Amino acid sequence: MRAAVVVFPGVNCEHDVVHALTALGGEAELVWHRDTDLSGFDGVVLPGGFAHGDALRTGAIARFSPAMREVARLASVGAPVLGICNGWQILCESGLIPGAHIANRDLSFICRFVEVEVVDTNSILTRYAEPGQRLRIPLNSYEGSWVDPSGAGRVVLRYVDDPNGSQDRAAAVANAAGNVVGVMPHPERATDELVGSTDGQVLLESFLRAAPVPA
Amino acid sequence: MRVTVTIDRRPEIADPEGTTVKKALHELGFTETTSVRMDRVIHLDVDGDDPVRVKARVEAMCHQLLANPVLEDFVVEVET
Repeated sequence: MRAAVVVFPGVNCEHDVVHALTALGGEAELVWHRDTDLSGFDGVVLPGGFAHGDALRTGAIARFSPAMREVARLASVGAPVLGICNGWQILCESGLIPGAHIANRDLSFICRFVEVEVVDTNSILTRYAEPGQRLRIPLNSYEGSWVDPSGAGRVVLRYVDDPNGSQDRAAAVANAAGNVVGVMPHPERATDELVGSTDGQVLLESFLRAAPVPA
Repeated sequence: MRVTVTIDRRPEIADPEGTTVKKALHELGFTETTSVRMDRVIHLDVDGDDPVRVKARVEAMCHQLLANPVLEDFVVEVET
């Protein structure tokens, strides 16, 4: 797997993602959001941060970045596309994942480990996890509460407790095909004992082992 | 032309900020307050002299960027 990690102005988790994917044996490369050619990549990660300073709404401006046209094209042909935290917000604004995000229920910026449970393994994030498996991963967000009046989003990871009021306690949501996933906690920050957990490995390994799409 | 866009979060979508402000008002004794919604107003100055056309353009801005169709409704008013 050769993954493009798209860098929007204001993101801050891109190096963590590259480090984690590389440590797990994948290839990952930073790509500027104005790039229009993602050919040669098998998958895409939209990393966390504050793209465009969260102006207007989280992800609202990033969705119009030139690279997002390529991301949408790759998503439409079944390539694995993973949005982490702010990346998930961008995927929702882009319409690649149903729903949207609002401020956490208690208006607190949540920055701590949370426990999530694998509830659906039919996705590029959860394929090699066990149904019912519990994972300890850091959550780091203010607008982390997912809402989906359409009911079309498919929850693949669920918070064990309810830290932020997210609908259906959703911590990660997939599109119908399972190749586009948004996740609010950060699996890339839980891939080394040094940082307190390796539970994110199985999720990023699932992403790296997702079936490549013919060019 | 001066255009005002009011963006309202749909009633069925939670508004944690509004809920917090309502609680604070109650603590200050304004217990008659039954609902607070933190809606947004955007003021734009737009080139053009045809209010109908200007309104249509700003509505297009709302559909594409300014409002999120999952969460929000909007009203566009052109000052004439």
